[in-house]
Amino acid sequence: MVERSKVRIVIAKPGLDGHDRGAKVVARALRDAGYEVIYTGIRQTPEQIVETVVQEDAAVLGISILSGAHMVLIPKILRMLEERGLKPNEDIVVFVGGIIPPDDAEELKKLGVAEVFGPGTPLSKTIEFVDRAVSKLKRFQESNG
Amino acid sequence: MDDNIRELVDRLLEGDRRAAARLITLVEEGPSTAREVVEALHPYTGHAYIVGITGLPGSGKSTLLDKLITLARREGLKVGVIAVDPTSPFTGGAILGDRIRMQRHSTDPGVFIRSMATRGSLGGLARATDDAVKVLDAYGCDVIFVETVGVGQTEVDIVKTADTVVLVTVPGLGDDVQAIKAGLMEIADVFVINKADREGVEMTYMEIKMVIEFERERWAKSGWEPPVVSTVAFTLSGVRPLWEAIKKHEEFLKSSGKLMEKRRKRVEEEVKRIAIGKVREAMESRLMDEDISSVVNAVLERRIGPYSAADVLMRKAGISV
Repeated sequence: MVERSKVRIVIAKPGLDGHDRGAKVVARALRDAGYEVIYTGIRQTPEQIVETVVQEDAAVLGISILSGAHMVLIPKILRMLEERGLKPNEDIVVFVGGIIPPDDAEELKKLGVAEVFGPGTPLSKTIEFVDRAVSKLKRFQESNG
Repeated sequence: MDDNIRELVDRLLEGDRRAAARLITLVEEGPSTAREVVEALHPYTGHAYIVGITGLPGSGKSTLLDKLITLARREGLKVGVIAVDPTSPFTGGAILGDRIRMQRHSTDPGVFIRSMATRGSLGGLARATDDAVKVLDAYGCDVIFVETVGVGQTEVDIVKTADTVVLVTVPGLGDDVQAIKAGLMEIADVFVINKADREGVEMTYMEIKMVIEFERERWAKSGWEPPVVSTVAFTLSGVRPLWEAIKKHEEFLKSSGKLMEKRRKRVEEEVKRIAIGKVREAMESRLMDEDISSVVNAVLERRIGPYSAADVLMRKAGISV
């Protein structure tokens, strides 16, 4: 398993959604599990989120969104990540939390989102997911460096 | 992106942000990768001016920094920021939240902000912070702000890293000013009373002035009496006096030759630290358990004393004294 303290996770809230309790709870849980979590705060633009991921050399991006704007904001973020050379599931794990209808969740997964977590997801599930997903990233493969 | 360090350094020198971010991760990784990166970058460092921002949690460091970044950018300077937060000693994880207050600068190509966790280091900075500063220096930053929590005698790493150390306090701290007194207050170059729109500013101002007066001999010798600056971090004009004080200190250090002195001392300490670390490594890797237990037995049986025992170990490890 990848050493958690060397995995950096950005938790971001795009758009005009100010409900940050969920994001903060997940951020704390990831910290308690031993990860390094960079929390961007609310009202981030896709540009700000992608820049943060780049500057922090994050392996994981968790997007929290409850406002309904996910089908506009998340594809944009994914596109911008690719433009910076960050391919989902190869260079970066992108997961989403919040209020996402199942059909949209399927759509988002086709675009590269690794997992979508709804309200009530046990934190242990999220942590298990992160452990599994990061181990597949190029940067953590044994052959590297 | 491949982790070929030579390639990353070339890209860094061309201004590639991903290369900068990747190199900072590599210096955090461990001593052998750090060595490779630092040796490759070294010829390109030495240009950036380093400002340390320290003080108690809640004193408003990040908000001040947000405005300082704007003021620096207005002068056309390329800015680097390293924000250090503590790693939890229980879980090994960390929440790095300083960036929140500076986020609007994330998309400015002239600003690079990186959060770092202390990862077990006790002096207020991460072991890799100095090396991360070098990456941003080689990247082309004119000024690099290093933000950290500073509380007293233990969190003084910032002094060894920065050219100018800014200590941020808030009014009405009372006992807390007493607590910070030993240690940080003796080495700050600029004192800040932030949230100066609150009550208690005059009293805090006097307390700090008293400490400075107490240390008069030291300041008189160095030629720089630290100013006490009041700031209100909500507005640019409220932070401008701090920016001016920092620039004044830089000017003083440069014109008096003291900047060169400081940097010389910094290099000396760094080289010594690395050398001592390597001796320790050598001893740990070359000595077998039997080597150690045999000298320990000899000491316990009173055949030799502990100093002679240490000599034996050093000989065994191939280190001559």
